[in-house]
Amino acid sequence: MTELIIKNGFVYDPLNQIDGEKMDICIRDGKIVKSVKDTADSIDASGKIVFPGGVDIHSHIAGGEVDTARLLRPEDHYKDVESKTSLTRSGVGFSIPSTFTTGYRYSKMGYTTVMNPSMAPLTARHTHEELSDTPMLDTATYPLLGDWWFSLEHIRDGLLKENAAHIAWMLKATKGYAIKVVNPGGLEAWGFGHNVHGLDDQVPNFGITPREIIRGLVKVNTMLNLPHSIHLHTNNLGQPGNYMTALETMKSVEDLAIENKPIMHVTHIQFCAFKGEDWKGFCSGAEEISNYVNNHNHVTLDVGQVVFSSTTTMTADGPFQYGLYHLTGNKWANHDVETETSGGIVPFRYKRSSAVHATQWSIGLEISLLIKDPYKILMTTDHPNGGPFTAYPEVMTWLISKSARDKMLAKINKRARKKSLLNTIDRELSLYELAIVTRAGQAKALGLKQKGHLGIGADADVAIFNINPEINDPAKEFEASKAAFRQTAYTIKGGEIVAKEGEIVKSIFGKTYWVDAKTSMPLQVNDDIKRKFKEYWTIEFDNYPLREGFLHSPSPVNVKAVI
Amino acid sequence: MITLIPKDNFKLPIEGKNVTPDIFIGKTVKEINALEMWEGNRKRTIGELFEVKDDGKSSEKFTIKIEGNINSVRNIGAEMSKGKIIVEGDVGMHLGEAMTGGSIVVSGNAGSWAGSRMKDGTIEIKGNAGDYIGAAYRGSTEGMKGGKIIIHGNAGHEVGCFMRGGIIKILGNVGIFAGIHMQNGTIFVQGVSQGRAGAQMKAGKIVLAGQSEDVLPTFTIEEIKAKVKVDGEKIEGPLYRFTGDMADNGKGKLFVAKEPNSYLSFYEKYLD
Repeated sequence: MTELIIKNGFVYDPLNQIDGEKMDICIRDGKIVKSVKDTADSIDASGKIVFPGGVDIHSHIAGGEVDTARLLRPEDHYKDVESKTSLTRSGVGFSIPSTFTTGYRYSKMGYTTVMNPSMAPLTARHTHEELSDTPMLDTATYPLLGDWWFSLEHIRDGLLKENAAHIAWMLKATKGYAIKVVNPGGLEAWGFGHNVHGLDDQVPNFGITPREIIRGLVKVNTMLNLPHSIHLHTNNLGQPGNYMTALETMKSVEDLAIENKPIMHVTHIQFCAFKGEDWKGFCSGAEEISNYVNNHNHVTLDVGQVVFSSTTTMTADGPFQYGLYHLTGNKWANHDVETETSGGIVPFRYKRSSAVHATQWSIGLEISLLIKDPYKILMTTDHPNGGPFTAYPEVMTWLISKSARDKMLAKINKRARKKSLLNTIDRELSLYELAIVTRAGQAKALGLKQKGHLGIGADADVAIFNINPEINDPAKEFEASKAAFRQTAYTIKGGEIVAKEGEIVKSIFGKTYWVDAKTSMPLQVNDDIKRKFKEYWTIEFDNYPLREGFLHSPSPVNVKAVI
Repeated sequence: MITLIPKDNFKLPIEGKNVTPDIFIGKTVKEINALEMWEGNRKRTIGELFEVKDDGKSSEKFTIKIEGNINSVRNIGAEMSKGKIIVEGDVGMHLGEAMTGGSIVVSGNAGSWAGSRMKDGTIEIKGNAGDYIGAAYRGSTEGMKGGKIIIHGNAGHEVGCFMRGGIIKILGNVGIFAGIHMQNGTIFVQGVSQGRAGAQMKAGKIVLAGQSEDVLPTFTIEEIKAKVKVDGEKIEGPLYRFTGDMADNGKGKLFVAKEPNSYLSFYEKYLD
């Protein structure tokens, strides 16, 4: 029985309404408990802040696209090399680090749970192999089901119950955690060189619209009682004027909401909040999006904040990446996954001098600050699309400090600066709110009950930072805050000290969550399914599902479906 | 002047990035002997692999001389900013990679990637050189940005790949794809070119004074020049001047000598 007590820290635990109270946190066998014996190991956290371990709802850290990006970008690796130590493995990569390096770097920043948001079902094996090789973190991954043939057929034929049974089977077969939808209808169209441009465009060969796909999958999500809502990347992503599409998408499911519960997570909203008719007239749609979200409770968002840096863009949204390739002239990889989804990779550099990039930077922060309830807008960079996750400390200081924002604002493109709403926004997130957008809110949106808080029974994932709110003002001394967020004083994962003052002190492996939705009506495996797999897939139906034993340490989340 | 004499005929690859004037300056022979030098997967020191001598002449204190063949030693002079390195013999890959100043002279041959990513300074190779001279790192678009590379012998393939500035002069022959992806700067070849020069070039200048196997069909003829200037020197012609690579909407200049390439004469009918 291992015991640990964290003494005298300023504890921020929003899910239990604890706001900077000086208290002790007791840990036994990987869980938070009420008290421990006097013989327990102790950490002196006086003069430091204590947060729950960080949770990241959307970060591309594994799978087919990430690996294609690694192959495409040797030049991303050679400048950023980690040597092996007696405890850690070597690794490379700035915007697409290798698996071990990903785990270590997250851990040093106090993160303990990271969700991989995009997995073509066919690449589930590969993705789980990589997640099993990503240390220090609990993980999960979302299969792409927005353009899944059987789903599209079921929705077309109005067979929602059958669709729910099928998706429950798919989550089990791919060991997935949530329904990921990317440019619904667009990826199927991209298989034929086309795209869809709005909620009411026809999807070729299926005769349905993105609106029907989204509504169908939201209903299925509710039927299955899944812990997370559907995780949606909207149509028209990255196109000027697309804030209208984002608003319409959120409106399209208003009537499906039950008791103010979120039923849709719109991811990297910054990329869907572009106003203006073309790139010349490009401006921010942050105000419209924020107003809508402030008045509705059925959506949660994450930001997809842009940071000025060299990075690698990757999404399952193949047609968008093709457009980006033409826009930038950079190299491009198209990642087509048989009948299932598409994908694309383009290296990218966000420049302060570019009016568009600088406006994108501003949009992310505007939305983060204009939405009043921090549980609705979570901090991400859509790693690595807006910037690598290692830029989180910088993003965090922009959120808590107007001076930090002003410092960057003074350095960006003049036209973008003039138009930026940041000039008029004085809000600075408190440490309590910061704990929500980086941990509590993320865990809540994901339905991970044992994460994101420090209440009795929670997983003992804790991040202790060298910030003393009694003496220092983290907003005024934002450089010191940034340095503190870069490396924790202690990162505790599952009750063990794993990182200390920016050094990994213990290498461990986390769990991989997947959702086992129990339906009373299981999937009817008929000849049609088997025939389609035989004709169109490279893997036969019987070999398609992943055994649980394939995962390093699987952790099923059992839910009871209402069908 | 510091002199290094290899103690052995090295078989394993050796990492020589510590052999630069920038690192040697102000160090005694003892300190230089203690500098790290990986041999294969073993951590060694310069002293274990080389005999180090200092002749004490302060006028040449920024000069390093290597006596003997060191084909398996890489990264000699990498990132150097001043001083001089003289190699009396052959040298391995990545010579003077990313250097920002100073000069390197090699009496024998040099391996591939010499002068890749270099920003300034000069490299002179009396023998032959390998592939990717003055090129960018794999996957990157940032090749040589400035400085000068002179090769008295032959050079390999993809010389000046993604080159952004500076001059590469090859007095012997060159392999295929000289100046591929070139964005600026100058490449001069006196001998035979194996062809496909300037593929996907955006800008910059390539002068082929000798025979060339081909001119890519995505280059268009502009004029016949009597002579062309390279690095302040006049190269006597006549030479055909092409623009390309049109496949990439490029505006690069490709000069090909008329005399040794009589098969190009059919281009002349498009000149009026």
